[in-house]
Amino acid sequence: MRWLLLKDLQIMRRSPLVTTLLIVYPIVIAVLIGFALSRGPETPKVAIVNQIPIESAFGIGEEEFDIDEVKAELCSRIECVDASSEREARELVESGEALGALILPADLVDKLQSLGGLTPEAPTVQVLVNEEDPVKGELVDDRISTLLSEANLRISQQVSEISATYLQILLEGGDLSLFGEGLSILGLQASSEILTQIRDDLPPGSPDLERLDEVIRFSDLAIENLGVADDLLGSVSQPIAVDKEVVSGNAPSLDTFAIAVAATVTLMFVTVLLVAGSLALEREENAFARLTRGLVGKTALLAEKVLLGVIVAVVVTALMLAGLSLFVSLDWARSPLWIPAIVAGGGAFAAFGAAIGAAAKEVRAASLLAFMISLPVAFLSLVPAGTVGSGLYDLIEVVAALFPFDPALRALEGALESGGPSIGLAILHLALLAVAYGILARFAVRRFA
Amino acid sequence: MQRTDPTRADPIDRETIAGRAIEAHGLSKSFGDRRALHEVSFAAAPGELLAIIGPNGAGKTTLLSILAGIQEPDAGEVRLPKGEIGFVPQQAALYRRLTVEENLRLFARLERVADVDATVEEMLAVTSLRERRGDQVGTLSGGNQQRINIAIGLLSRPAALLLDEPSTGLDPRQRARLWEFVLELAGRGTTVIFSTHNIAEAERYGERLLVLADGERIFDGTVAEFHAAAPPSEADAADFESAFVRFLAERGH
Repeated sequence: MRWLLLKDLQIMRRSPLVTTLLIVYPIVIAVLIGFALSRGPETPKVAIVNQIPIESAFGIGEEEFDIDEVKAELCSRIECVDASSEREARELVESGEALGALILPADLVDKLQSLGGLTPEAPTVQVLVNEEDPVKGELVDDRISTLLSEANLRISQQVSEISATYLQILLEGGDLSLFGEGLSILGLQASSEILTQIRDDLPPGSPDLERLDEVIRFSDLAIENLGVADDLLGSVSQPIAVDKEVVSGNAPSLDTFAIAVAATVTLMFVTVLLVAGSLALEREENAFARLTRGLVGKTALLAEKVLLGVIVAVVVTALMLAGLSLFVSLDWARSPLWIPAIVAGGGAFAAFGAAIGAAAKEVRAASLLAFMISLPVAFLSLVPAGTVGSGLYDLIEVVAALFPFDPALRALEGALESGGPSIGLAILHLALLAVAYGILARFAVRRFA
Repeated sequence: MQRTDPTRADPIDRETIAGRAIEAHGLSKSFGDRRALHEVSFAAAPGELLAIIGPNGAGKTTLLSILAGIQEPDAGEVRLPKGEIGFVPQQAALYRRLTVEENLRLFARLERVADVDATVEEMLAVTSLRERRGDQVGTLSGGNQQRINIAIGLLSRPAALLLDEPSTGLDPRQRARLWEFVLELAGRGTTVIFSTHNIAEAERYGERLLVLADGERIFDGTVAEFHAAAPPSEADAADFESAFVRFLAERGH
């Protein structure tokens, strides 16, 4: 078997296309994924027209806002393009240089500050969006809407706090500044106490007694209800509170998932295509009949092809992970788990490739068949639960379980991160698939010669 | 089917096989409803050049693949020489991206040849391709590829060599070099059984002819015996191929 293995490696070395594919492909994939993960999501370009006067700090209640800080935070979430006027902003959006524009009017600060007073005015910002590209248009729309929602939430919290302060003064009494004038408010509680004292001083049978009791009852009712107004205002500013609890599926990070998907796709294409092509080549070169005429058993020949696939799978995937480690941090302490995951995945993909190579008989047909089966299965395996009907998803799960992609992805996820799926079950699944496809390949090569 | 050693007791009469390298008795093979071979028997002596000829679908390749052990017959038995039997398929069974030497070395190792280096050198000498030992096989001419193809069949030093249409696709010069090589092998005592569509080639190089048609043996004898069985007409006095076609037609093929 070792001579056949050496022969296949020699042939690979002499084939520039195969060598290029095996070395360049994983490196290119690693670089692409690495860039994608390390650069983060693309930020939409948005024109900003700031018409707010220079003296830009303002306060609502106890919170001070600095326009420059607000702008800096805004520009960390979107790529800001300064525009001097609304007209320039419109031109930028219409020409597509900016996907949207945010116009901050001159009276924005005054109106924001008025929210903390007794004569509030609704502040308005203008948003211009270019929706020629619906995907990008939706992205910028979502991004600006999210930013404004966050700003609204912060402001409404401040307004609620100010309102609660006013109510507290109304309830307990205190000092209040109105139009620059200081006012001393008695408060409902003090008023009620005074009224109760007056009532106690009135002679029994006084005609004012009944009317005074009505005022005291109203005053007590107001004190009681305004006492819960704080909580009510708090719930108005943030009506829905989130209490998140993960009940199942310790999902690995998105980075780990992306790395596992990239590694599995590479593992799949390289191994399946190599083994299917290599086996079909034995027939194309007319060597199969010569080899199996007593020199090598058919089962041994298949085993050699699977071993070739596993060796190349380990090298290529290791190369890819090493490339990725330049961009993202990998948990090298878990590397002893990578090897069994890659070997199991490579073995199952190689057996699958052997079955395809034995069925197709020709290198071109084997390559085409490998693509036509592998690609849709990989896509199906990546369909998340809940995105399709439950019946269809069950069917997808069954189909995905019959091919090595899904268990290989789970094995790599589990190997890369402790929060990933069970690596043991995934490897067992892959071993069963390797045996099943090995048996299919053995049947198929019976009519190979 | 039994593949037996001639030195052991067997159902075939030992007297009849004395001095014979290969003997086949009552070989039959069908593929579904199609009968490829029907009770074909023949024998070949050491160093003999036996040509198997017949029209397309006569069963030539099936017979050779049964002798080579690639296929099992439905009935009948084959007696093989004591040594290995070498098989050379119609199309060169070589790895085109490996060099001449790498191909010879690979198959020598797979054949578990005792001295790989010496055997490879010997085959390079036999094929006269020593100077091209480092060339990839895909860069060689069809004739040279066929030489290596045959040399690989000889690596195990077989007592008999089976050649399936060895000259197909070769130009006249390449064919001449190929037959020169094959005649040399036979001269050294290797039994050579070859199938061919080229009737003139069979007449020229075959010491004996085995004519198959529709899976049946319709002639087994020397070239002279064939001429006697199919005397040339006035019109095709010097044309062996025409005589052969007439011979088949007279027998309903």
